[in-house]
Amino acid sequence: MRKVKEFIIEKLILLCGLASIFFVLLIFLFLLKEGLSLFKIISPFKFLLGDKWYPISEPARLGILPLILGSVVVTVGAAVISIPIGVGAALYIAEVAPLKLKEVLKAGIELLAAIPSVVLGFIGMVTLVPWVKTLFKLPTGLTALSGSIMLAFMAMPTIVSIAEDALYSAPKTYKEGALALGATRWQAIWRVMLPAASSGILAAVMLGIGRVIGETMAVMMITGNAAVIPTSILQPVRTLTATIAAEMGEAVVGSEHYFALFAIGIVLFAISFAINVTADMFLHKRR
Amino acid sequence: MIKKIILFLLFTMYVSFASAAAGRNSVQIKGSDTMVNLVQAWAEQYMELNPEGFVAVTGGGSGTGLSSLISGTCDIAMSSRNIKGKEVALAKQRGVEPFELKVALDGLAVVVNPENPVSNLTIEQLADIFTGRITNWKEVGGKDKKIVLLSREVNSGTHVYFKEHVLRKNDPASQEEFAPSALMLPSSQAIADEVAQNSGAIGYYGMGYISDKHKAIHVALDGASGFIAPTIENVVSGNYPISRPLFFYTNGEPKDPVKKFVDFALSKEGQEIVVKTDFVPIK
Repeated sequence: MRKVKEFIIEKLILLCGLASIFFVLLIFLFLLKEGLSLFKIISPFKFLLGDKWYPISEPARLGILPLILGSVVVTVGAAVISIPIGVGAALYIAEVAPLKLKEVLKAGIELLAAIPSVVLGFIGMVTLVPWVKTLFKLPTGLTALSGSIMLAFMAMPTIVSIAEDALYSAPKTYKEGALALGATRWQAIWRVMLPAASSGILAAVMLGIGRVIGETMAVMMITGNAAVIPTSILQPVRTLTATIAAEMGEAVVGSEHYFALFAIGIVLFAISFAINVTADMFLHKRR
Repeated sequence: MIKKIILFLLFTMYVSFASAAAGRNSVQIKGSDTMVNLVQAWAEQYMELNPEGFVAVTGGGSGTGLSSLISGTCDIAMSSRNIKGKEVALAKQRGVEPFELKVALDGLAVVVNPENPVSNLTIEQLADIFTGRITNWKEVGGKDKKIVLLSREVNSGTHVYFKEHVLRKNDPASQEEFAPSALMLPSSQAIADEVAQNSGAIGYYGMGYISDKHKAIHVALDGASGFIAPTIENVVSGNYPISRPLFFYTNGEPKDPVKKFVDFALSKEGQEIVVKTDFVPIK
């Protein structure tokens, strides 16, 4: 009887484990099926490198280069802001902070992760956007920079918690050895602990970036959504995710616009897949 | 345990029957954001008069409404533009016969910040501004300031209407587009907010959104005709050049309970609500 029970439970969790892979496969196949239909109408080259996005005109112009670059600008901006702050915070929490403060800081960071992105977008719209506009004397505050700053807030919890984890799991003997050899505390952290945890920290950064590139709501609200090829971070941009979210409702099922949005989905999927695989590689290198 | 499961099953069955019964008398309406306030006002008044009828109204844009009519998830699509040939073909393919009803008129107001000295523009100038040929306010008699273009997203009937009737001046062969630098904002309210705080901005929305935080531009068809303000009288008389009909689309000729609601919207009482919500009645 006990054996039977064991057997059933074992198979049940096996099924649960397989389910997630099964769903990913289904989603991927559906995405491919809908998205690839586009390339019967327009060549992939024209799609990826076209610089005009007018999806509902006759004939439709479906070039996503401005959208890809828009996503890249916002993501790079967010990375530049969030990586130094995030890694710094992780170093402080893992190596310097006294135990009590450590708990408070960790709770605070988890709380930051719990803020829904639409709330961050709304706060950005009423506080950050007018501020960016007056600070840089711009015609409008709805710019890539506003999006980057808001997204940096979203990437930070991921970066801090995973980097802190990596620092924590680096062998304590390294640090003790460095201190015993006469290194200062800062030297031990900067020259010994940071390199020892570097693969984990890189993974943290990659996952943070993955979070940024897939974010939709906040970006749609504060980046202005103008499909131009960006030449500066103080310009409105339109990202891949915001385009899908804003236009999916309009797209007539089976039209080229609809297929184009799915093809954008494939591009996004490929980007986040690459980022996750890179992060995974770093994580495994550590072990 | 088993008793509990049976109770649960009975309960879910009851709930699903109950909602199915409600479904027969309910009307689902979806579509144009411009029309949401108006149709919501109709729905509230209608439900007061017919307590057994239930009307649900959601926005999302004209395109969204029409595509859910085609996929059968709503009874009425509200639309601030005509249905496209492509959409009709797709609907027929799915066994849906779009039936068009004009329910009200709307004037499209072009608005700027009250600090902006410019208050008159011709359609030609508007087209030049929104396609990006004119980029500074001084070219149309204003201050030396960069123009910030505000537009609705492509799922908006207002966007499509403005493109076809202002940018392309009703010429079906025209290839004019909004300048790529135009900011695409997700709602008319977002345009209203941005115009209120940005002295270089120009945007457009349905007349109902005009407030004292924005200045409505007086528009002339061409240099020869006069500049007309977007008011109800000017839209009714046909003098204001950017006005449009608002539609309901149903699957085939409306039958009860949809018919009952449509009749109410077109009745004298319904058309009074049109005036109250700052739109223009058809009669």
